[in-house]
Amino acid sequence: MNEMNEVRKPPVATTGIIGWLRINLFFNWTNSLITLFVIYCLYQFIPWILDWTIFSADFKYNYLGEQITNQEMCSRNLDPENGGACWAVIYVRFYQFIYGFYPKVEVWRVNVAYAMLALALLPLLYAKLPYRKYFLYFTYIFPVIAYFLLNGGLGFTEVSTNKWGGLLVTLVLGCTGIALAFPIGIMLALGRRSKLPVISMMCTLFIEFIRGVPLITLLFFGMVMLPLFLPEGIDMDGLVRVLVAVTLFQSAYMAEVIRGGLQAIPPGQYEAAKSLGMSYWRMNLLIILPQAIRISIPPIVNTSIGLFKDTTLVIIVGILDLLGIGRGTLADTNWLGLSYEIYFFVSLVFFIFTFGMSRYSLYLEKKLKTGINMGAD
Amino acid sequence: MRSNLGFFSDEKFRSIFFQTLVVGLFALGLLFVISTTSYNLEKRNIATGWSFLQNPAGFDISFSPFIEFKSTDTHLKVYFVGVLNTLLVSVTGCIAATILGFILGIIRLSSNWLLSRLVYVYVEFSRNVPLLLQIILWYSILIQLPRVKQSLQFLDVFYISNRGLYSPRPIFESGFSYVSIAIVLALISSFLINRWAKKRQDNTGQQFPVFSSSIGLIFIIPLILFFILGSPLSFEHPELKGFNFKGGLVIRPEFIAMFLALSIYTAAFISEIVRAGIMSVSKGQREASAAIGLKQTWIMRLIIIPQALRVIVPPLTSQYLNLTKNSSLGIAVGYADLVHGFGGISLNQTGQAIECMAIVMATYLSISLTISFFMNIYNRSIQFKEK
Repeated sequence: MNEMNEVRKPPVATTGIIGWLRINLFFNWTNSLITLFVIYCLYQFIPWILDWTIFSADFKYNYLGEQITNQEMCSRNLDPENGGACWAVIYVRFYQFIYGFYPKVEVWRVNVAYAMLALALLPLLYAKLPYRKYFLYFTYIFPVIAYFLLNGGLGFTEVSTNKWGGLLVTLVLGCTGIALAFPIGIMLALGRRSKLPVISMMCTLFIEFIRGVPLITLLFFGMVMLPLFLPEGIDMDGLVRVLVAVTLFQSAYMAEVIRGGLQAIPPGQYEAAKSLGMSYWRMNLLIILPQAIRISIPPIVNTSIGLFKDTTLVIIVGILDLLGIGRGTLADTNWLGLSYEIYFFVSLVFFIFTFGMSRYSLYLEKKLKTGINMGAD
Repeated sequence: MRSNLGFFSDEKFRSIFFQTLVVGLFALGLLFVISTTSYNLEKRNIATGWSFLQNPAGFDISFSPFIEFKSTDTHLKVYFVGVLNTLLVSVTGCIAATILGFILGIIRLSSNWLLSRLVYVYVEFSRNVPLLLQIILWYSILIQLPRVKQSLQFLDVFYISNRGLYSPRPIFESGFSYVSIAIVLALISSFLINRWAKKRQDNTGQQFPVFSSSIGLIFIIPLILFFILGSPLSFEHPELKGFNFKGGLVIRPEFIAMFLALSIYTAAFISEIVRAGIMSVSKGQREASAAIGLKQTWIMRLIIIPQALRVIVPPLTSQYLNLTKNSSLGIAVGYADLVHGFGGISLNQTGQAIECMAIVMATYLSISLTISFFMNIYNRSIQFKEK
């Protein structure tokens, strides 16, 4: 009977909040020490960064209540003890960050183009959109509309591309680069896998060459060498020259990604299509490419993220994208010394776009894994 | 139905026809480009040929740690300084990124939720912000450091200011070559001991203290030799003279910014590769090795890492290639690498864009090919071997 009286302790909780904390944060001594140390560091860091970015920061007015028009009026420059970030520089220069030096009278055209871009992307990103087919027609004609809207023509006054800047240039470079590189990449990928030795060799050489050199050398190529290659009288716009370089660069990477997708298609698909008497193009367009592109969408999004980040390189050849406008603002004596605010803002804008794209690619990967069974497992 | 097309439906004929067509069009395009280019060059009075490489450069390079550079030196020397600077930042960046990436990748898998989340936040931030922006940001932090007169001091020998990091420069005296020979011999012999010990363990099961004997060989013997020879090594300390330090070893802020940005950015990608590699090793492997009584550290070193490396090495190679290519962004902060020195300033001075860009591109291509060649050899050595 004595044994019965001995009460056993209940098992240590492994569920609920306490259980979760115990397993994930305080599993053993070292683990608990690490957790406490990390919490201490965060306790030091988070209040400081929140204070700098929000609580003691100037947004439009300094602590005296004056509207800030140059860096001398920032709270932290008036009184170093009393002030954090000076976001007023972003507020004052917001127009340039978003539109560059686009004339103010015509800026509605950029706004319409931004809105149309969102509309054009919608059917590409969301497959279950009602009436997706009609939205897709719009997506196909959008580049033409955007060209006339932004550049001028068809009754719109012309706005030369050296007045474009900021987010506008970043988006134009990113979107055009990706959109043009996609078909070229498909052709290169098919070419590299072609049975015709000359074509396959040429495509391979092109792809490996582009992938072996840095983008900056291609941008220099577009800027200094391309004008030498063209006959007299053809004067290429600076933005177009950069776009040529960016597109060449991106199409080589796109080609490799799509080639990966092509390699994943089981040979039975080719054989079945051929046995139905399909020609090479018919087989690729109707059978092979739809499947190959579908499985290579996540890596396509990933290389697109890479390109989007790489568009910042154009500042080296003198095109003012978002980062270029930021650097230009810093060179202005009115806003000297506000580098942290400006770089923080530019980073944040890029982060929002690229992080959004990477989340989207993860979502696609999950959907593809559950949606179709490629017969791999 | 196809018969009326005649010989055109013959696959062999079509293949030859299309390939000839492509080659013909390509040749025509090339001819057109060559003729317009030579016309344009002539009209703009731009010289051609490679003789410009022997002309004096006429500008200074602020950072050339390996070879002395004067403004009277040739453009060819600018090229070599550029290649060495590109290689310097690429190699140091790759090493730092690998170490940091492996540590972060393993921490990311740690059972401590807070720690792994912290690394996750770091990875997402540094992956999703353009590298160029990070380089410029690091540079702007470094040049906002105190001026030379108020430079920060560490251990009384290192000085950090907005002109860079000043540290003592080692001066090797005559006897030091013996010490370095001893170190090299020790490295070779510990490598041989390692191989012999492995063979003996495979055959007899007996273990040999490889680690401690290697430490003894590499550190203790050269150290004893060093003192016997009367410490043939002295340091030249940087001294503040006028507005700047004189003497010592200078590491310029451009290099530090490039090194920090490249290694931190690439480490984020490498940590994800390492994480995926370790996760690809099946759980059974860990359980089996625990069941036969291996220690935790041994499980990682002997079972998990060798298998994970097979998955890690191919994408790691492409990260090394990316880092090397990304080192070309040094131009944004004025780091005198290949693109900035030779492809930038030399090109502008001589105007010979085609020659300069061709050399720069060819150099990057050969660096890329060399890296993939060696990484492929390494990759083959760690893959599964069919016995």
